[in-house]
Amino acid sequence: MSEDKSCCSTNDISCTDSSCCLVDNCCTDDSCYSDNSCCVPVVSTNLCLKDILGSWKVRLGIGRMNYKINPGLYAIGKPDHSSPVLVSANYKLTFDSLRKELSGLDCWILILDTKGVNVWCAAGKGTFGTDEIVNRISKTGLSEIVSHRKLILPQLGAPGVSAHEVTKQTGFSVVYGPVRANDIKTFIESGFKATKEMRTVKFTILDRLVLTPVELVSAAKSSLMIFGIIFLLNLFVARPFGLKDFIAYTGAVVTGTVITPMLLPLIPGRAFAWKGWLLGLLWTLGFIWCSGWFTSGSLLLAIGYLFVLPAVSAYLAMNFTGSSTYTSFSGVIKEMKIAVPLMVISTVVGVVLLLVNSFLV
Amino acid sequence: MKHRYLRNVATLVLSDERCIGCGRCAEVCPHGVFSMIEKKARIEVKDRCMECGACAKNCPANAITVDSGVGCASAVIMGWLTGSEPSCDCSSGDGCC
Repeated sequence: MSEDKSCCSTNDISCTDSSCCLVDNCCTDDSCYSDNSCCVPVVSTNLCLKDILGSWKVRLGIGRMNYKINPGLYAIGKPDHSSPVLVSANYKLTFDSLRKELSGLDCWILILDTKGVNVWCAAGKGTFGTDEIVNRISKTGLSEIVSHRKLILPQLGAPGVSAHEVTKQTGFSVVYGPVRANDIKTFIESGFKATKEMRTVKFTILDRLVLTPVELVSAAKSSLMIFGIIFLLNLFVARPFGLKDFIAYTGAVVTGTVITPMLLPLIPGRAFAWKGWLLGLLWTLGFIWCSGWFTSGSLLLAIGYLFVLPAVSAYLAMNFTGSSTYTSFSGVIKEMKIAVPLMVISTVVGVVLLLVNSFLV
Repeated sequence: MKHRYLRNVATLVLSDERCIGCGRCAEVCPHGVFSMIEKKARIEVKDRCMECGACAKNCPANAITVDSGVGCASAVIMGWLTGSEPSCDCSSGDGCC
């Protein structure tokens, strides 16, 4: 244990440069901690423009798997040996949303190596797990830095961590904190008591909306292949695919990736594929109606799209189960066993009708 | 508005005999599935269980079992295609988790 309990604060190392945010603001004083844990970066609780732009980028799915910080110990404010230790993941989006809630607090943050994945998903994979915590505690020399033996873990880390195992192996007891970072202050101030509200995962319209760009971008990428095939087809067919077809398809994609997630609890039914199919059907019916395709000349086209497009929306909506916070593995399997065969059949029938229409009309 | 997923699918089982009433399961469950009644855990709303496995993993008495896994369709599809266990591996850039 260090003599000078708040040595890091004796140097003026608070983050004053607005662009620093995450740069190493190390305690270089030799009299600091006698062991290798001397160098603890102090991080700001303010996000700078770069952090905000970075979060937009990953929300769009750009470089999302490589947005990470170094695992290890970080300091917020001027923590000392009695300050609480919060444990988190090394996804920078996670780290940023945590630290911006900690203004005015003095605490330690122990960042685990979760390969740049958020707490909940990393816990599901086991990278936010017992072994990594045990390992990280010894690597950072945490037991030398703090005199208490208590770790605050995010509640959503619990699927990967066995609290009693951590205690057995390290002597640190585990307290599960709130689900959301913005409840941490209240949690700490109330003596580590989380209310039922703080313990419950929500999935508000905003929570859902912020996830949709990634879905849309990944669907757009897969769609490029379809556009390529259609471009080639257009060289041979009697009725080439045009702007209207493009709009019809794009609408179905947006319905599955954005509209369905947005309206999720309002759409009748429970299975995601069903919800997507229902909205996809509404979109397709509406579009066909507006395009005047319900006439004898375009009937084949209309029916073809009625088979294909709702299935596309259904498929994309079904994939949102992975982004949702409340679908179970057993439930998803049950849903897929029914939905996937139906989607395949519907799509095949629809595509055949569309091709017949394009080649023969 | 409350989110509701499929009914009667969750594989969550709690052994009343083994439960030591520590309350850890109620603490870690993100959907309030458990309640503590007279020093014993009880499954209150099983249909809200998303099989994350937090309760089972943190039960010091091994009183809870659940087939935990990722409730993610694209993970399941990848599992079917590659013949492996569905894992929430988002490195492909998919919208999963």
